Amino acid sequence: MDVAVITPTLRAKDYKSEVAPVWCPGCGHFAVLSAVTKALAHLKLAKERVAMISGIGCSSRLPAYVDAYGFHGIHGRALPLASGLKAARPDLTVIVAGGDGDGFSIGGNHFLHACRRNMDLTYIVMDNEVYGMTKGQASPTTQPDWAKSKLTPHGTGMRPFLPTAIALAAGASFIARGFAGDPNGLTKLLVEAIEHPGFAFLQVLSPCQTFRPEQKEWKHLVHPADTAPTDDPVEAARFIQADDGMALGLFYVRRLPVWQPQNQPTATPADLEREFVL
Amino acid sequence: MTERSTLDGGAALAITGSGGSGAVTAGLILLAAVGRAGYYGLLGRSAGPQIRGGESAAMLRFGPRPIECMGDRFDLLVGLDWENVARFADELPLDRNSLILTDAQAGPIPEILVRSGAQVRSLPWKALADGQTEGRVNMVALGMVGAMLGLPPDALEAGARATLGGKGGRVLAHSLECIRSGYAAADAQSSSVPSSALAPAVARWNISGNEAAGLGGVRGGVRFVAAYPITPASEVLEWLAPRLELLGGSLLQAEDELASINMIIGSSFGGVPSLTATSGPGLSLMVEGLGLAVASETPVVVVNVQRGGPSTGIPTKSEQSDLNIALYGLHGDAPHLVLAALGIRDCIDTVAWAVGLAEHLQTVAIVLSDQILGQSRAIVDPPGDRAFGAGETPHLQRLIARDADPDHRRYRPTPDGVSPMALPGLAGGMYTGEGLEHGPGGAPSSRAIDHAEQLDKRLRKLTGFDYGPGWAEIRGEGDHVLLTWGSAAGPVFEAAERLRDSGTPTRAIALRLLAPLQREALLEAIGSAGSILVVEQNQTAQCFAYLHSQQALPAHARSYARPGPLPLRPGEIMRALTESAEREET
Repeated sequence: MDVAVITPTLRAKDYKSEVAPVWCPGCGHFAVLSAVTKALAHLKLAKERVAMISGIGCSSRLPAYVDAYGFHGIHGRALPLASGLKAARPDLTVIVAGGDGDGFSIGGNHFLHACRRNMDLTYIVMDNEVYGMTKGQASPTTQPDWAKSKLTPHGTGMRPFLPTAIALAAGASFIARGFAGDPNGLTKLLVEAIEHPGFAFLQVLSPCQTFRPEQKEWKHLVHPADTAPTDDPVEAARFIQADDGMALGLFYVRRLPVWQPQNQPTATPADLEREFVL
Repeated sequence: MTERSTLDGGAALAITGSGGSGAVTAGLILLAAVGRAGYYGLLGRSAGPQIRGGESAAMLRFGPRPIECMGDRFDLLVGLDWENVARFADELPLDRNSLILTDAQAGPIPEILVRSGAQVRSLPWKALADGQTEGRVNMVALGMVGAMLGLPPDALEAGARATLGGKGGRVLAHSLECIRSGYAAADAQSSSVPSSALAPAVARWNISGNEAAGLGGVRGGVRFVAAYPITPASEVLEWLAPRLELLGGSLLQAEDELASINMIIGSSFGGVPSLTATSGPGLSLMVEGLGLAVASETPVVVVNVQRGGPSTGIPTKSEQSDLNIALYGLHGDAPHLVLAALGIRDCIDTVAWAVGLAEHLQTVAIVLSDQILGQSRAIVDPPGDRAFGAGETPHLQRLIARDADPDHRRYRPTPDGVSPMALPGLAGGMYTGEGLEHGPGGAPSSRAIDHAEQLDKRLRKLTGFDYGPGWAEIRGEGDHVLLTWGSAAGPVFEAAERLRDSGTPTRAIALRLLAPLQREALLEAIGSAGSILVVEQNQTAQCFAYLHSQQALPAHARSYARPGPLPLRPGEIMRALTESAEREET
């Protein structure tokens, strides 16, 4: 990772933009925004060397609230946009942020391939098991019997998507889970994720006060992971499969080849044209 | 109304054969050979749907002047064998003056070809090939046909070396032996074409439309490509992938077209001119991303190599039926550029120009090519250094914010609608690219005043720009106008020329810039023409309808539109114009 050092006086609040968040009072995403700015300050990253990329949804509004470069793209396509940016500009710290619907439903295919491409990106998914911006529909991580949405009055009837298991299977090289109610732990994980050379996947349990008020209970359900991070995918798989979805911490981290073109020009278009000459 | 090939020397021939017969290889060698003999040439190919092998046809037309389309008929049909060739019969128009060359040992000629009345000669290719080590019928036939066409033996051998050079010395050596054997056995009396071409002053190029599109991209400054493979666009990507590396850029094979379009938005946001290439189904998937590029004012170029549609359609055959999606596919009011390449060589200039325009105007440019341009090769004059002012000229570059301006506002309205774009790394230029409607600083806004201001800015920067003379190619004068776009320009140019030669003064106008339409210039070019025929290769006259919707056509203009996959031929366009003009008079 290319870390440009700036004046150490920059504090977390200096990384906040002047745009006021659209989030509901009590939304977990405020804590994620705060952790992002703390992590950037901790790493002393120059604002102009950071790009925050997102798709669509409540959590995808985050880039506009950070005083850095950013791109608020279309639903589900944050990872490809970020991958193109990083491929073209390896000097930037590229952080992708979004929600469970954006990342695991409409953008699910990109999640798989971003994991296996292993570019040096940080991917924060603020998971609240619901679509908030469209007013409370089931998402891929919603439990099958959650029947509060008019769209699925009997629940989805489908087992939830397991983000950490999928990330491992798809080849991610850093898999962690944080909680919006644990700002210090979350900031620490974010710092590690940004520093990790490769695709760092950070699932953040981020309660939705409006459509999932029962998630207030999460603060009683979360617990630290009972093992240290492993670099063994078999061990990680065993842990993830036994996980209740509430364990917090870094589960798996492994040095894997990072996909990043680094070509230096050795020819001009005029050189290439010679192949066509009879 | 005779065809040019028989007017000025040259010929049109087709080589057919089943999978493994080497019909296409023979065609490639012959194209390279006619180029070295001083001719221009055009090589098209037709293949079945098989993944590997299967019957195929190589169609070559050559002559002393640039060849921009296939002709109305073939002088020669070289049948290496006849398995499944009937599938191509409608692509191989023959008549009583045509000659079918085959080896009687290849079996009976399909009835549908015999019915054309073409003469037939059987030649002992198999016997000659059997006399050679690892003898190949296609190479023996190639040598014999080359001799009959009056091509010098060195040109044939050089063509073979250029085409087979990568296959190893042994294959090349045996092939050369076969070519020589066929050449020596040819009956000199049967030569049908005079060998009169002159060596050109400047070395010509042998290039395909898809290679030309890739070259146009890098000439325009493209250094990043993300794309997903698709027929018939993949050769653009295959040409670009290793060459972008040499230029210090890269190509990323994406997981799908939804990814590829968003990847190039990301790279372009990072400041690197970016492009993707696709065909109809891929363009359909990219449309939402294109709207994002328009709204966020991020320059991107899409080369859409059209094929038969809708849906999966006819992947290996040409059609000009994606004009509507290119013009209208985006939701909302999303002004963008639509261009069309007018020929194989023009793929270079049109794509380079599109890159320059997209960069300068911070918008989307869709370039329409198609299978018949993309997958055909031609011997052409080398292109000029600049395409209509594209490339490195300052006025077609991106306007980049250079200084840390505390008052930098990414989407600040300017007189011409183009605002300086800060690139990541510039302190003080920070902003969030937005697909949401936004105010001048980029913050999301649903206010009517911001919407009106930003819509106007994005439209004004396109409509107020001076595109210069590149908007169309216009040839000839006349009371009749043949108006067309894209690859149909080739047969239209030839039809207009032959009409003029036969006493029907006809002007050809081929649109290269379709959106924004240069309406005033087009109306001026049409002038007071007595008859106007809009020619295009699709079922529903998409361009004709578009021009009418823009009030860019006089009321008496008529349409000649028909779908693919059969190529438009000059003769049918001439007949269509004559019939249309006669209807006007009655």
